[in-house]
Amino acid sequence: MIYFKEYLKPKNLQEAYEVLTSKNAKIIGGATFLKLSNQSFETAIDLIDAKLDFIRESENEIEIGAMVTLSEFGDNPIISNLYNGFLKNITENILSFQMRNLITVGGTIFPKFGFSDLITGLLVLETEVHLYKNGKIRLEDFLNTKIQKDILEKITIKKKPLAVSFKNIKNSEYDFSIINIAVSKSENEVKIAVGARPAMAVLITKDLNFFEDIDKAVESLLNKIKFSDDLRASKIYRQKVCKALLKRALREVIQ
Amino acid sequence: MRIKLKVNNKTEEIDIEPHEILLDVLRKLGYYSVRRGCDTGMCGICTVLFDGKPIPSCSVFAARADGHEITTVEGLEDAKAFAKLLSEEGADQCGYCSPGLILNTVYLKKIGVKDLNKAKIKLIGNLCRCTGYESQHRAITKFLGVTK
Ligand SMILES: Cc1cc2nc3c(=O)[nH]c(=O)nc-3n(C[C@H](O)[C@H](O)[C@H](O)COP(=O)(O)OP(=O)(O)OC[C@H]3O[C@@H](n4cnc5c(N)ncnc54)[C@H](O)[C@@H]3O)c2cc1C
Ligand code: FES
Ligand code: FES
Repeated sequence: MIYFKEYLKPKNLQEAYEVLTSKNAKIIGGATFLKLSNQSFETAIDLIDAKLDFIRESENEIEIGAMVTLSEFGDNPIISNLYNGFLKNITENILSFQMRNLITVGGTIFPKFGFSDLITGLLVLETEVHLYKNGKIRLEDFLNTKIQKDILEKITIKKKPLAVSFKNIKNSEYDFSIINIAVSKSENEVKIAVGARPAMAVLITKDLNFFEDIDKAVESLLNKIKFSDDLRASKIYRQKVCKALLKRALREVIQ
Repeated sequence: MRIKLKVNNKTEEIDIEPHEILLDVLRKLGYYSVRRGCDTGMCGICTVLFDGKPIPSCSVFAARADGHEITTVEGLEDAKAFAKLLSEEGADQCGYCSPGLILNTVYLKKIGVKDLNKAKIKLIGNLCRCTGYESQHRAITKFLGVTK
């Protein structure tokens, strides 16, 4: 059960950060994951009133506030049209419609969940994470940091001409992915992200030339990615499924 | 702490523990249609509208609802019409899942969903142990005026 003594709804990030660093406090995004945990702390900091539910588009990038929910990925035309609905298609298969009305971008990215489908998709786009204290960090770098006391304010996605593909496999429609992969291709570069290994997603970037023979390229890439066993699937199963999904996604974006 | 929320257009004020869950507070206030199933956000039984959007009330702290509007099945005009269709189609067996299903389906009608496949996808989070869903889908087809 989760227990805390105080519930605050700060109006801005400065107020939120002051409480986060001066008390034994936790940030609340959608609360969907936090609520399931067994822990006690002093103060819950709900960001609902911190004006972080914005989605903005400029010539070069898209900004998505930390309190934007996964439903908005389907409802908002700026995100739902991006790369032919790439992010919309990923998020609309996460849990249920009513849960997606709660689950936030900040609550998905900040804890670096290994199973996250959204993180895998964002990794192959040029995504930056904006933290209140630690500033702007590329998503792939953020995933390797140990930052704990900070607040995710927004993410930005650079608009680039990319061909993209996302694939995953689940035991049932309503479960976590057993493996998820995303691929993007620019003029001469290919990015591949593999998540739900079950550990946190990894990103590999290669020249387009590397994929002249896709079968050979995939064999060599698989040797570099670490998979493990968990309740859902074995390491070997993950490896085999990843191979098939990667080939499909690469053929989609390259040929 | 004391919170003030509007439930079905009625202003309610109540003292809560800061970590209390919305589902429990709504039941304390007498809204017994809001029921606990899985308690993890998976079954949809506890669904309410939060400022007009469906959410699982088991997954939200009640303190978040301070100053917001909640609608339960008791406050939905169209609920009776859909409940009647559920019962005519044999889709109301133990009835435990009905409030959540009704709330979501009425919401789908409001946003103009008329495609059964779209409705099924949107209702994936409303689990039912009794009906096998076919009878629910017949009732939903009639209620939404499904065109394909
Ligand atoms: C039953 C279940 C099934 C799920 N299945 C899937 C699935 O199939 N695929 C998938 O991708 N995901 C799945 N999820 C995960 C879901 O996406 C998470 O619940 C979600 O990512 C948590 O988001 P939230 O906004 O509710 O975060 P919260 O629960 O509020 O927070 C999660 C953590 O992030 C911190 N946090 C939140 N916001 C911020 C911020 N702005 N800055 C800093 N820290 C912050 C919190 O302190 C907490 O530690 C599932 C979750 C559940 C409960
Ligand atoms: S009790 Fe809330 S979703 Fe199951
Ligand atoms: S009618 Fe019994 S759970 Fe749905």
